[in-house]
Amino acid sequence: MEMRTRFDWGQVVRLGLLMGIVALSLCLIGMVGTFDERNIIGGVITLGQILLFGPAVAGGYVLAQSTSRLRSEAETSSAESTGTVSTLLGALMVGLISSLPLILLIFLGQITTPEGGVWLRQFLPNVSPELLEMLTFGQGPVLGSLILAGVTASLSMLGAGANLLPQRVRSPLLTGLMAVLMMGLMAEIIILAWGSKGIGLLIRRVLFEAGGLSLVGTALIFLIAAGANVGWATQRERVQRRVSALPPKRQKRLDRTRVALGVLLMLLLPFILRTYLTEVVNNIGLYILMGFGLNIVVGFAGLLDLGYVAFFAIGAYTMGMLTSTGELGGAGMSFWAALPFCLIASVVAGVILGVPVLRMRGDYLAIVTLGFGEIIRILALSDWLKPFIGGAQGILMIPKPSIFGLRFLTPQSLYYLILICCLVAAFVSWRLRDARLGRQWMAMREDEDVAEASGIPLVKTKLLAFATGAAFAGLSGAIFASKLSSVFPHSFNLLVSINVLCLIIVGGIGSLPGVVVGAIFLIGLPELLREFAEYRYLMYGALLIVMMLLRPEGLWPSAVHKRELHADELATSAGQATGGPALSEADS
Amino acid sequence: MRQRLQNIDILDVIMWLFRAVIIVAVVWGIVSTILDNPYTPEAWIDLVVAGVAQGSLYALIALGYTLVYGILFMINFAHGEFFMSGIFTSTVFIAIPMSRTPFWNQHWILSLLLVGAVAMAVSVGVALLTERIAYRPLRYAPRLVPLITAIGASFFWQYFFRGLYGSGITAFPTVEALQGSLTIGPLRILWTQVAVIASTIVLLIGLYIFVMRTKTGKAMRAVAEDKQVAALMGIDVDRVIVITFAVGAAMAGAAGLLYALMYRQVFFLMGFIPGIKAFTAAVLGGIGNVVGAALGGLLLGMFEAVGPNLILEGLGIPAANQLKDVFAFLMLVLVLIFRPQGIMGERLGDKKA
Repeated sequence: MEMRTRFDWGQVVRLGLLMGIVALSLCLIGMVGTFDERNIIGGVITLGQILLFGPAVAGGYVLAQSTSRLRSEAETSSAESTGTVSTLLGALMVGLISSLPLILLIFLGQITTPEGGVWLRQFLPNVSPELLEMLTFGQGPVLGSLILAGVTASLSMLGAGANLLPQRVRSPLLTGLMAVLMMGLMAEIIILAWGSKGIGLLIRRVLFEAGGLSLVGTALIFLIAAGANVGWATQRERVQRRVSALPPKRQKRLDRTRVALGVLLMLLLPFILRTYLTEVVNNIGLYILMGFGLNIVVGFAGLLDLGYVAFFAIGAYTMGMLTSTGELGGAGMSFWAALPFCLIASVVAGVILGVPVLRMRGDYLAIVTLGFGEIIRILALSDWLKPFIGGAQGILMIPKPSIFGLRFLTPQSLYYLILICCLVAAFVSWRLRDARLGRQWMAMREDEDVAEASGIPLVKTKLLAFATGAAFAGLSGAIFASKLSSVFPHSFNLLVSINVLCLIIVGGIGSLPGVVVGAIFLIGLPELLREFAEYRYLMYGALLIVMMLLRPEGLWPSAVHKRELHADELATSAGQATGGPALSEADS
Repeated sequence: MRQRLQNIDILDVIMWLFRAVIIVAVVWGIVSTILDNPYTPEAWIDLVVAGVAQGSLYALIALGYTLVYGILFMINFAHGEFFMSGIFTSTVFIAIPMSRTPFWNQHWILSLLLVGAVAMAVSVGVALLTERIAYRPLRYAPRLVPLITAIGASFFWQYFFRGLYGSGITAFPTVEALQGSLTIGPLRILWTQVAVIASTIVLLIGLYIFVMRTKTGKAMRAVAEDKQVAALMGIDVDRVIVITFAVGAAMAGAAGLLYALMYRQVFFLMGFIPGIKAFTAAVLGGIGNVVGAALGGLLLGMFEAVGPNLILEGLGIPAANQLKDVFAFLMLVLVLIFRPQGIMGERLGDKKA
């Protein structure tokens, strides 16, 4: 009985309404309707249904999560059974309440008709008869609403039930479900990349069906993922213990083997991924290059640059003008001869931007750099410079790079070029970070006045940051131009700058592996979810918010940054351990 | 020490050179345009009036940026979307259905007030939701983190409303009474421009009184000055921040109606460019400063309208109007070179941005 009093009905109502409104929004913006065509598990579950009912399941899960936290705080083991029942009851209510907004939509959709003068679809184009049919399971408004409420309620209870399961059952279950969902989402890409011939075709026949997973495939993937989860959970400690028990010599050898495997994987990647996915990886690579550059400017030196695309554009246009065999290219250089000029051009641009903004700080710098990026784009688009760089038509017929007569024609061969550039950029960033210059940048980031007072030449240090960052972007732009064989002003909008900034922060600002992780996450994932078309940016935006809320330090934070963010916790724990003196250290 | 002095000297020399080159270029452009005399005085006046109307919009939107920045030191990238969401919703649900009835033109002031009120309410709603979900939990995170959630919120709302009302351009119904123009001597002003400028003046005065004369406004200024001390004085900081967002979004919602009146169209990306321009205006005026934002908006609108014709054409650049945005940003850079803290901003040395 004690649990019942602890039960927070306000929370149940809030959660139910929230989830209902989420489901309603997904209906109204058309995601549910559009993706009802898209199978996750062929013939059984569509993506639309997952979007429609997912919030109810999540509602139950979240409710169970928060009550179980309450319970563990209360530590009243005797009340556990009542707790389970009342949690399930609460989940039932959450499910019922979450169906209310949808039922309201059903009735509004029924009442308003094209003939009646007021028609809901006039305002909200996505409230189509098909959507209403889906919501009511084709059973008419009254019976349909009842069924809908029943389904959301039971799904919400299922969600709560999943949370109530013991950890060793729940974890594999969730892993399996996630794997099925991911495979279902990626189905089209996987089929596109591998499913055309050989073993790929065979696997495709077994796993996939009608653009989604087949029942057999679903079962297989679920079992594999769940099994892997169980295996990992039970074996991890044993393996770790055995590895740490090895003599140092063999540990070193193990490390070396790991590195060798990683290198081998990187070298073989284009053969594994085939053409389409290699193209995606190449795009990621170009963003990684830019990410390393911006990481120096923003991550190391703390200069917020929102117009980073400008240097990318300058690199690309320089490459185009110097190498194009079309009417705009005069010089007719080769890729390699033009590359230094691209770098020089973008470095010069970096310094030119750098000088007037030397005295600006923080957000003044942000908007000026943003303006600089826009200026470059509009100039590229303008009639004024059209005789030189082609205006909206851009520069065409840019040759691909070649080495000893071998031309980098395919995405696979370009991959190696980009890989080498990325490795060089990573190496340069890594060495710079720990060099005198890197330390100067970081000192400047922390406090300009103090840095100046300690004898750091601010002008030189800032300009070097801009110049180095610009060089990386210029390199990326040069490769971009010859990769596409053409440059257009449209490729250089603000979105590129924003993407690069987001990827370094999502990866973990100032962290080099973070750049790679962030680029894979923010550039690769949207590429793979291409079929979401118009909803991609919606999801991108939501993802950015969720990521920052859950992990403000980024996916792979740098050691320094992590320490700063968790300085308080460290200080308290260290303070408890040593009795105080650590506090001042963490503060500094 | 000598090394450092030398560095600063070189920088100062470069800066002065920059300034000199700019002044020469601007003067050259103006003089040669005036000598060429390509436009009639009426055309210039038209340009200036159009610029003031455009600038009023920027000013109204810029207020939202500046108010939020003044308190939270964050660039609220989603502010342009607050502007869009209100008028988009209000157009679809209020303006278009109402324009089918005779009431729309008979009582056009009432109708527009209703449309504006709904737009403001929706903008405020969207802003408060964004603040609650995406900004408040990150109030003490490093400064770039809320910037990223703001960018995320901006994308989210753009494509949310695109999904909701469709991706096409929706026409805002015309208001008969605002057709045609007002003629005072040589001055010819479109009625829509009159409406835009007049409403902006009313709104700006209202906001100024709110910030300077009311108790809530005083609390806002106190929180902007120092959050901790304000909290110690018994001010509910969370509530003040919410009010700040609401006031900024209400101004953006009103600006949305004025935009719709001027351009007669609404669409999901309409907040993007005005948002960036308004942010530029806020920085131009000195970010964090309310009067500066209004002034910056007006100046930006005017320079944008007059500048390309006045200066760039004189320099012999073809199709100068294409470079309107280039000019706007160049002007920002120039103003900041002369005054790094913006027109009305306080010295950055005293308060760290």
